[in-house]
Order: sequence, then structure tokens, then C-alpha cells
Amino acid sequence: MKDQIISLIAETLQEMNQSGEFTYETDTIQGDTPLYGGIEGTLDSLGLVKLIVAVEQGIQDRLNITVALADQKALSQTRTPFRNVNTLADHAINVIGMAAT
Amino acid sequence: MSAPITLITGTRKGIGQYLAEHYLQQGHQVIGCSRTAPEWQHENYTHFLLDVTNETAAQQMFSEVRRRFGGLDNLINNAGIAAMNHSLLTPIATVKQVLETNVIGTFLFCREGAKLMQARRKGRIINFSTVAVPLNLEGESAYVASKAAVEGLTRVLAREFAPLGITVNTIGPVPIETDLIRGVPAKKIEQLVARQALPRLGKPEDVAHVADFFISPESNFITGQIIYLGGVN
Repeated sequence: MKDQIISLIAETLQEMNQSGEFTYETDTIQGDTPLYGGIEGTLDSLGLVKLIVAVEQGIQDRLNITVALADQKALSQTRTPFRNVNTLADHAINVIGMAAT
Repeated sequence: MSAPITLITGTRKGIGQYLAEHYLQQGHQVIGCSRTAPEWQHENYTHFLLDVTNETAAQQMFSEVRRRFGGLDNLINNAGIAAMNHSLLTPIATVKQVLETNVIGTFLFCREGAKLMQARRKGRIINFSTVAVPLNLEGESAYVASKAAVEGLTRVLAREFAPLGITVNTIGPVPIETDLIRGVPAKKIEQLVARQALPRLGKPEDVAHVADFFISPESNFITGQIIYLGGVN
């Protein structure tokens, strides 16, 4: 499942790259690729919104599960779950697990 | 160029039905919804049965719209309910119902609609207020409060959605001969109409004219605006 989510995030970042919004090295998107926050985060807040919306839609399309990845709990965590591809994937899996139960 | 995809809430009857037929005539692919089924149909019209306050049902509908039509160009949040009574005689259940349909329903559809629109970096959202807001109309406290909230929502969302290429505007109609005002005493309607610069009842085509203006491609520099009919301000 985690590989699926990571490839979904990577595809979304590639699409955002193609539209010229961000400049990720698309061949090298990996688990530790930084996303949001900290010194290395490449996404601004609007970019994060777009990424989350696209990942939510991808989860809906591929797994037929409706999830909200940026609820109040996620936003209030001391360490943001959106800091890199790995943490976002882990967070998504956690939310999917809760939605499925 | 493919047909614009236009979603209108509350299309079973009244202004919603009029707007749906208006945009069908203009060649749009129209999607509508209401709690009960409409008695009309069209080959380019798709109807969903749902309550606009039901988050799960709304999300499923937008997901279906994305799958079937590939996106959304225009969203018209027409569905709304009114409660006309002195505030001392208005039960909280009624207040909650009005706020849920008019405010939460509008918020939910703006949120889900913008998710579809942002992928193509363009979209038009039209919400509905009423001249009862600027007129501070007595006897409509819950309704006016709900529509004042819709106006605030419109102004904030206009800013949040602007970087996504989406405009958000609001129409504030005067009383129109629909079921919404059918239960209001004629004298009260007369008094309200008398406060307008142009003292007559509104017509559905008056609303459609403003909607046409807001969804026009040339209106891409107009957002966060509230246009009242009848010369009310």
C-alpha cells in the first residue's frame, strides 16, 4: 500500500512540475523528498493544498475511499505529516485505515 | 470547444429549474440535485438525489461528476430555505435547519466544486444571498443571518480561490414568485418591494442575467462581489 501511495504522490508532483508550478527533480522523487515546512520544503501553502487535494482524489479513484488528509488533528501536530513523501504516505495510510474501520 | 459543465443545486423547481433550463438552452452539460426527484428531464441533464448538507453524499456526487465529465466549469449554489417568523417565535431547530442548508450546504459545495475546478485552473462559483440582508428585514432573522454568512463566505473564498483561477460571487435577488415566498403575506411582500429602487417583484430571468455575467469568461477579473437586484444596496 505504501508503495502505491508514494507513486501517487510522485505522479502528482510530476503533474505539478509539468504545469510549471514547482521544480522537483522528477526522476528522483523518493521517500525522503521534502515537501512542506522546514528549510528544505519546496511547496508553499497553496502547493500543499493542491497536492493534498490530488492525493485525496487519487485515493478515492484507486481505493474507492473518501479521506480528509488535512483535518484539524493533522494540522495541529508538532511535526507536520506533510514534511516529506514518506511522512505524507504514512499519514495517508493511517487515515485510510481509520476510514476503513 | 466542449460544452461547459455547470452544476446547479436545488433544480427540482423554481429558480434552480429555470437556471438549469437556461444553461441547457445555451448548450451546457448541466448537473443538478435536490432532495426529491424533479418532474422534468433533458438529454444533457443529470440529476442527483441528495441533501446539500450531507457531506458524504455530496463528495460521492462530485466524485461521480469528475469521473463522468472530467471536471467542473460552473457551480451555482441556488439551494436554500427560508424561515419567516418573528425571532421570539422561531425554534432553534428551525434556525439550525436554515443555517445548515444555506451556510453549510454552500460551504460544502464551494469546497468540493473548487477541488474539481482547481485542476484546470479556472472556474466560476455563484452563491445566493437576498436583499433581506442589506434591508435588515425584520421577521427573517435566521434567514438573514444565514445569507449574511454566505456573503462573508463569498468574500473569503474569493481570496482563497483566486490563485486557483476560480471566481466566487453572489447574487442577491428581490422576492421572486416562487415557493420560497408563497407563505409570506402579500402585504409584507408589498412593503419589501416598496423599499427597492425598482419596485417590482423579480423574475427568474433577472437572476439568470446576473448569473450569465458572473460566469462569462470575460468576468475573470470580478470576484468577491455581491450584486443585489432591484436597486437595493
